[in-house]
Amino acid sequence: MGNLLAIAIGSAFISNVVLSQFLGICPFLGVSKKVKTALGMGSAVVFVITLASAVASVIYQFVLVPLNITYLQTIVFILVIAALVQFVEMFLKKTMKGLYQALGVYLPLITTNCAVLGVALSNVQKGYTILESVVNGFAVAFGFLISITIMAGLRESMEYNNIPKAFRGMPHVLLTAGLMAIAFFGFSGLK
Amino acid sequence: MSKILERLYNGIIKENPTFVLILGMCPTLAVTTSAINGLGMGLTTMAVLVLSNMLISMLRKIIPDGVRIPAFIVVIASFVTVVELLLEAYLPTLYDALGLYIPLIVVNCIILGRAEAYASKNNVILSIFDGFGMGFGFTFALTLIGTIRELIGSGSVFGFKVLPAAYEPVTIFILAPGAFFVLAFLIAIMNKINLVKGKPAGKGGNCDNLCKECSNLTCSGRLIKEDK
Repeated sequence: MGNLLAIAIGSAFISNVVLSQFLGICPFLGVSKKVKTALGMGSAVVFVITLASAVASVIYQFVLVPLNITYLQTIVFILVIAALVQFVEMFLKKTMKGLYQALGVYLPLITTNCAVLGVALSNVQKGYTILESVVNGFAVAFGFLISITIMAGLRESMEYNNIPKAFRGMPHVLLTAGLMAIAFFGFSGLK
Repeated sequence: MSKILERLYNGIIKENPTFVLILGMCPTLAVTTSAINGLGMGLTTMAVLVLSNMLISMLRKIIPDGVRIPAFIVVIASFVTVVELLLEAYLPTLYDALGLYIPLIVVNCIILGRAEAYASKNNVILSIFDGFGMGFGFTFALTLIGTIRELIGSGSVFGFKVLPAAYEPVTIFILAPGAFFVLAFLIAIMNKINLVKGKPAGKGGNCDNLCKECSNLTCSGRLIKEDK
């Protein structure tokens, strides 16, 4: 139990997926203009990453390892994730209308989110069991949700600031992200 | 010949994947802690890009349109695996330094983007040079960012001390925040040049289209086309 908690805190705060691992930068910079959409994107990522790390981990333990073809993991994982996201989207569309309306638009944007593949691969690299992989996946995604929501909040409140022309848009968002990364260094004391 | 040169110019300057198209941000920020790592990542990505462009261009008349995205993904992922195993065997130091970011080349938007936008429509020779051009552009950007971060963060370039011993390195530049700061200033400088020249501030001025660009390139990796 203590072990799982350590994994969760480590992945969500200390080595935050966006601010110290640089995974999932694209939605972090692109979909963080409004808190509402950031929350939607974040929740969709939590859902997909948790599911994908469970599925990838099961496939790794029960298919790739027994067949001795672990070197194919990158190819297998990316196809599984791409298929999974599309399947989840179809499933939600048919059965859970409410959830689909909340998350649907973000789902197609997630497949190339390198965070999903990154988590699946790092679960394997760190030798996590299936349960540990799911906890790690959830924690990583939760860290993403926190950072994208904070970023959106900051951007909303800076919307009318008078920023030098050359720094408008991308450079301004990147500088904010850098300052957030410094703030997140504070969490390394939790170790 | 002129077409080949045009491809190289296009990749390195006109449509530089990092500074103009703003694609492939993950490795750009993550592995540029030193000039040599940036160069290594750039060349690795270039190798995958050239090989996948070549094969996809060769197979462009054979792959059915409906399943082209999964086919591209399999081709790219295979080359990434080959390159990863080669690096592990022959360049173990670089392999350890780049770590997780080598398999993640698969989800680099630049590669699937070039496959979809160029290699699947043009002949083999031009596709190879398109890969070289884009690869050089990416390598140049990563090496530049790596050099700046290494110079400020540890006072050296490619591992050689260049600044006098009295210089106190600003360590934060080789840590995570430094990546954001350096890229922010480089894009701001580009915007400034564009503003002075009176051109519209390129995509660097507007990041809201980032994800849309990505998914327009069908980078969203949808395996099967759904009928609306």
